[in-house]
Amino acid sequence: MSERKKVQPRNFHQARWNEPVIFDLHTEGERGILVPSVEEEIKASIGDGLSAVPDHLRRKFPPALPEISQMRVLKHFLRLSQQCLGADLNVDIGQGTCTMKYSPKIHEMLVRLPQVAELHPLQEERTVQGALEIIHSLDLFLREISGLDFFSFQPGGGAAAILAMASIFHAYHKKKGEDRRRDEVITTIFSHPSDAAAAAVKGYKIITLYPDERGYPDVEALREAVSDRTAGLLITNPEDTGIFNPRIAEFTRIIHEAGGLCGYDQANANGILGITRAREADFDLCFFNLHKTFSSPHGCGGPAVGAMGVRKKLKDFLPVPIVEFDGGKYFLNQDLPHSIGKVRGYCCVFPVVLRAYAWILNLGAAGLNEAARVAVLNNNYVLEKIKRINGASAPYAEEHHRIEQVRYSWEKLTRETGITTEDVICRMADFGFHLWTSHHPFIVPEPFTIEPTESYSKDELDEYINGLKKVVEEARTDPEKVKKAPHNSVVHKIDPSPLDDPERWAITWRAYLKKSEA
Amino acid sequence: MKKKADFVHPYIPNSVRHIKDKMLREIGVETIEDLYKDIPEELRFKEEMKLPPPITSECRLERHIKKILGKNLNCEENLSFLGGGCTRHHVPAICDEINRRSEFLTAYAGEPYEDHGRFQALFEYQSLMAELLDMDVVNVPTYDWCQSAGTVIRMAERITGREKILVSAHISPERSAAVNNYCRPVMDVISIAHDSRTGWLDLEDLRSKMDSGTAGFYFENPSYLGILETQVREIADIIHGPGGLVLTGVDPISLGVIAPPVQYGADIVCGDIQSLGIHMNYGGGQGGFIATRDEEKFVMEYPSRLFGITKTMVEGELGFGDVAYERTSFGQREKGKEFVGTHAALWGITAAVYLSLMGPKGMTELGKNVLQKAQYTAKRLSALPGVAAPRFEAPFFKEFTVDFSGTGLTVKKINDRLLKEGIFGGIDLSGVFPECGQSALLCLTEQHTLDDIERLVRALAGIFEGEGRNK
Repeated sequence: MSERKKVQPRNFHQARWNEPVIFDLHTEGERGILVPSVEEEIKASIGDGLSAVPDHLRRKFPPALPEISQMRVLKHFLRLSQQCLGADLNVDIGQGTCTMKYSPKIHEMLVRLPQVAELHPLQEERTVQGALEIIHSLDLFLREISGLDFFSFQPGGGAAAILAMASIFHAYHKKKGEDRRRDEVITTIFSHPSDAAAAAVKGYKIITLYPDERGYPDVEALREAVSDRTAGLLITNPEDTGIFNPRIAEFTRIIHEAGGLCGYDQANANGILGITRAREADFDLCFFNLHKTFSSPHGCGGPAVGAMGVRKKLKDFLPVPIVEFDGGKYFLNQDLPHSIGKVRGYCCVFPVVLRAYAWILNLGAAGLNEAARVAVLNNNYVLEKIKRINGASAPYAEEHHRIEQVRYSWEKLTRETGITTEDVICRMADFGFHLWTSHHPFIVPEPFTIEPTESYSKDELDEYINGLKKVVEEARTDPEKVKKAPHNSVVHKIDPSPLDDPERWAITWRAYLKKSEA
Repeated sequence: MKKKADFVHPYIPNSVRHIKDKMLREIGVETIEDLYKDIPEELRFKEEMKLPPPITSECRLERHIKKILGKNLNCEENLSFLGGGCTRHHVPAICDEINRRSEFLTAYAGEPYEDHGRFQALFEYQSLMAELLDMDVVNVPTYDWCQSAGTVIRMAERITGREKILVSAHISPERSAAVNNYCRPVMDVISIAHDSRTGWLDLEDLRSKMDSGTAGFYFENPSYLGILETQVREIADIIHGPGGLVLTGVDPISLGVIAPPVQYGADIVCGDIQSLGIHMNYGGGQGGFIATRDEEKFVMEYPSRLFGITKTMVEGELGFGDVAYERTSFGQREKGKEFVGTHAALWGITAAVYLSLMGPKGMTELGKNVLQKAQYTAKRLSALPGVAAPRFEAPFFKEFTVDFSGTGLTVKKINDRLLKEGIFGGIDLSGVFPECGQSALLCLTEQHTLDDIERLVRALAGIFEGEGRNK
């Protein structure tokens, strides 16, 4: 196959089944699955079971669920799955900040074994030594990767890990009798929105720093913001722009001098594995999203794990339980004197932990480093190519390279053609690609964010870039085509207006029917 | 020294030397190291990470991990009576068939176009749960019931503008710890007692603590101890009087036979979907739900994604999108409602498959099945000398307390002995609910057969007999 042929955007059409909403598949009397019958002795001994429930607590009419035969249910959801474009099918580099890397299939085989799937979280420790060994081993791996001392796998995602970090801020200052005074958390606008949002749940006032004119986190702004009210810093690095904060150690020094704690948002650490760590930048806490850097699949938005690490001095504040090893056996340590309690039930989302363990063990130290370096290579390759597209730009840090992702802008394209980033996104779907804008607020105008990771070949990157080029070319020659996109995706442009109107929004089928009738 | 050949990992295609070189040339740098110039020397990690030697082949990796996992005993090969919010219900094969699909498993945050299927599947999840709960709004799943309980309490705080919340003492210790952390330091969490004989809520305690400065009351039905709370209307009256909200947690699998909480006065309902077609996964199968009426004052306080249905530019075509996105932390950072992010969406899709398969008849039959098994087991156990099952007088759904105090044995000792016979006994309540004495929480599902129940009874009888002889 010639190189040219391989990398052009393809003549694509996504599955379009026009599959009805499941309630329309209802045929009275059909069954999807049967429940086992109850043995006669049991019935003879206690009757129908229902009589023991007081009348006013019994359900008077059955739930209005649809009645559908088994194969039709299967077909319905298979068709819906075909109308969804996972990373396994997509060149999924257009969802920047999310590290849409390959999730190895061997992991899926392992997490579905009964030794994983059929474990109850409150089984006796001696019956789950294998699971605890894997959890503890991953803790040891992440200690090495971060330089911090203990990890909790309880947070069920990155935002939960941030909540846990902010909870530790609070508990730590409370122990010192300073919790009432220290009511501010500092973050930056190019840190993830959850750094601000989850800390606010703990009652913190949020101070958001804006970058200097070159796009770097502003150390002068930090100096002005910090005071004896500072509880801590929650900061993403590299930021959403893919810019690494070269003065990060100065940030942590300033916060520490003011008596605050420093929490490192390393949800996405894919470009810096083995290159630089939380320890060298003097952070007290950090977290990694195992569903990003460490390969667990995103599952349409979870289940996930935000693995949170702390230094020794904060171990006693961790959520319980943590998994430890006493030299002979693994055990759940429930006894941490200043523990914040829990941020989720049980110890962890074990399948996600297992996948991360398998991934790290498979790559090893040199492999992790290579993954990071190739992710950075891929990113800067894409950056170079996109900068050459007439209409695209990469604001900030000009002449500098980026780490694992870049936040780009279509500002020039919009000015020249009227085609917005939303339009480009819709048209990219016609070629089987996903593209995403940015977190809000849109500091970068007409933004789009690309993170290639290490998983995609140069040919795939070229195919994606050629997709962008093609859309830009169309923006200049046939803007209507772009405006009306998507054409070859599952559905056409939606009417978003009912979604923000309480009179018309419909979050369930029953609400939709009520409101359509009205 | 002989130069080592470049190692190319199957997951890292552009490790191939000539491709790497081509890309570096395109960028205009000589080495990848040049791309890291922004990271100062003093922040560099100079050593190699001390990780075990990699197991690079899939073949050996599989073997290595299976060997470790082989040290686990699981609930399929053993007979388990563990519950407490994570239960081994049957998982229909189609649930796994769907949630292992590459398209769903590896999707994330696509648009309503290329990810139409994700939006529709989760909209259907919301809609099916809505029928089960008899409410008009359900969210895309949160992490778990702990998170949902915390969030409904914070929703109540925002809706009422009150910072005090009453919480039943009979919620799971996991949930209690999570709720306390989620409310601290913004809200005061005040515990409400239960009657030690019946297990029902102490209405006097509730009445004395409820006032016009209180956002509402959170309780679970069935409670952590399995009890069906019957004084539900009285509870609603006590809370609604001074303008509070009734927040109720529920096991959705009970709702084929038990009245959904909205029908007895609940304003916001929450719980966990793990029972609906999801394997226990050592605690990894949890997913939280929240449901309300379709009123703006409730909807605008959800932190979660809410997928809504709409039209497209093509006549007759349905599309989906985010409802009131601006309310979320994605829309407004700390000014949004709590926070949203990656929670447990795949389990939502799985629960949608489950409810579609079960239908109304399946849910009703399953509810009855579970009631019968649990009642039968309690009856058989209470016939054993020194055993009280259930410990409380109240009716129960799939879980109930078994008080072993009269046998002179601790739950720990009994469970140790059961384990030797391949039985995982109930959750030991003795540490957490000292008022229950040496009690265990047993859970029965449609998985259990009469033989399983008889095996438990025989094993316990054997343990008590053995102990009797030893005395």
